[in-house]
Amino acid sequence: MSAADDSPRRLRRNLLTAIGGMLLGGCDALSRSEWFPRILRTGENLSRRVQHAVTARKSMAQEFTEHDLSPSFRSNGTANPDDAAYQALAQDGFVGWQLQVDGLVEQPMAFSLQQLRAMRSRVQITRHDCVEGWSAIGKWKGVPLADVLSLVRPTAAARYVVFHCADPMDQVGTKYYESIDMEDAYHPQTILAYELNDAVLPIGNGAPLRVRIERQLGYKMAKYIMRLQLVDSVAAIGHGRGGYWEDQGYEWYAGI
Amino acid sequence: MLEAGAEASAKPDAAAPGYSYYRHALIVRLTHWINAIALAILLMSGLQIFNAHPSLSWGKSSYSGRAPIFETGAAIAPDGRTIGTTRIFNHTFNTTGVLGLSTDGGRAVAKGFPSWITIPSFQWLAMARRWHFFFAWLLVINGFVYLTFSFLSRHIAHDLLPTRLDWHSIGRSVLDHLRFRHPSGAAAARYNVLQKLTYLAVIFVLLPLMLLTGWAMSPRLDSLQAGWVDLIGGRQAARTLHFVVAWTLVLFVLVHVFEVLISGVWNNLRSMITGRYQIAPEHSSREAP
Repeated sequence: MSAADDSPRRLRRNLLTAIGGMLLGGCDALSRSEWFPRILRTGENLSRRVQHAVTARKSMAQEFTEHDLSPSFRSNGTANPDDAAYQALAQDGFVGWQLQVDGLVEQPMAFSLQQLRAMRSRVQITRHDCVEGWSAIGKWKGVPLADVLSLVRPTAAARYVVFHCADPMDQVGTKYYESIDMEDAYHPQTILAYELNDAVLPIGNGAPLRVRIERQLGYKMAKYIMRLQLVDSVAAIGHGRGGYWEDQGYEWYAGI
Repeated sequence: MLEAGAEASAKPDAAAPGYSYYRHALIVRLTHWINAIALAILLMSGLQIFNAHPSLSWGKSSYSGRAPIFETGAAIAPDGRTIGTTRIFNHTFNTTGVLGLSTDGGRAVAKGFPSWITIPSFQWLAMARRWHFFFAWLLVINGFVYLTFSFLSRHIAHDLLPTRLDWHSIGRSVLDHLRFRHPSGAAAARYNVLQKLTYLAVIFVLLPLMLLTGWAMSPRLDSLQAGWVDLIGGRQAARTLHFVVAWTLVLFVLVHVFEVLISGVWNNLRSMITGRYQIAPEHSSREAP
């Protein structure tokens, strides 16, 4: 009797499980396909266009007070680059480190940490939003990227600033790379930061230099910067999507 | 038969014949099903995004010196086994199998929500974000079409706004719902007052709140007017609200589907597919509404 009662119910449950499994399996298959993620990507383009349409080119990210500071600023991504050349520089307090700036510029230049510190600085207390969903508030001091660019004078063809970093990301030693467009490069809050919370930028947060791009997510804000390269296209950088995580499937436009 | 029906309709006290009528406009039906698909995918891809940081805080950041108010995780129980835990405020629950620790492909995996409720089913934040934002746009465009149609056709004014009579019958409607009793005859051709209020709350409160709290998580949109996000408690509070309102929508869907099932599932489904809704004949022996 109870078996007879149970079997239609069990059948129904198995049927539901099967249908659910098929739908979920279908979503996984779509995710792995070539064509479907391309359709999904239209959402990213729409977000970028609409967000640029409704916000001003120089709209300012919220700045906070010391009261809002996170007790300790979480280290995200690489915590300590596993790279001999970087470790040697760190050993000497980055005295031998230099920021190379080249590519589509009239005057390629190299800057020591001392030279960058001697330039005009900006201090900002901002919120760092990680793509994972967490956020932390820190106080950053650094030189506006716009000031560095005004010294090297990008040519009219320059459309992106590419950040080449010291931290290896995988077994074959691919080093972190990122890129932003000129709108973000010239934004007043885009700074090359060498201080966090009134102290020298710790290695965990990108010493000796990391970029702050306050209207985008954390992975855009490259750490351990070694070189800035101005380019007209990111096609030749990494796998062509403009950044390490972009080449792993994340959006190049990370304003959302 | 026809004779009897015609006669009956002439006398209000006798049985009223059944009839069918056009209940849902094509745009309402289309937007309803697009909405259903988009919301399901938004929930499931949203839970995959949540899994990347299975923790909810209140305030401007996640690291404010205060503990998260909701958190899932995996822990080692006193007996040495790994268990899934969920902490809500100061209470920790063992949620092994569902939250914190669940099986995926036969193996126990430490993750927030289990694979059967996330898109993609396995840990893949980048792809979940693509699904989420694509279907968020679909939801917004679909909602815009629905609202434009519903205001212009006066669907909202005619069908969703409670009448004065509705407000007076609200207590009775609550009792009817609790007893699983549904209006029949001419009364079944209109939404009841609780139904109207629920739909209005979903359309004008819950879904707009989802958009607002979603926007508040976007660093670019936060720069629209510096500080606006603080009006809803800060960016991490917005993330928490996004989560809570999402589950409130799930609660709505559960009640909605339950009511659909118990108030004539085929009639309801047909009316949301073809538009036609059948009103059953009323017999005078039935209790008057």
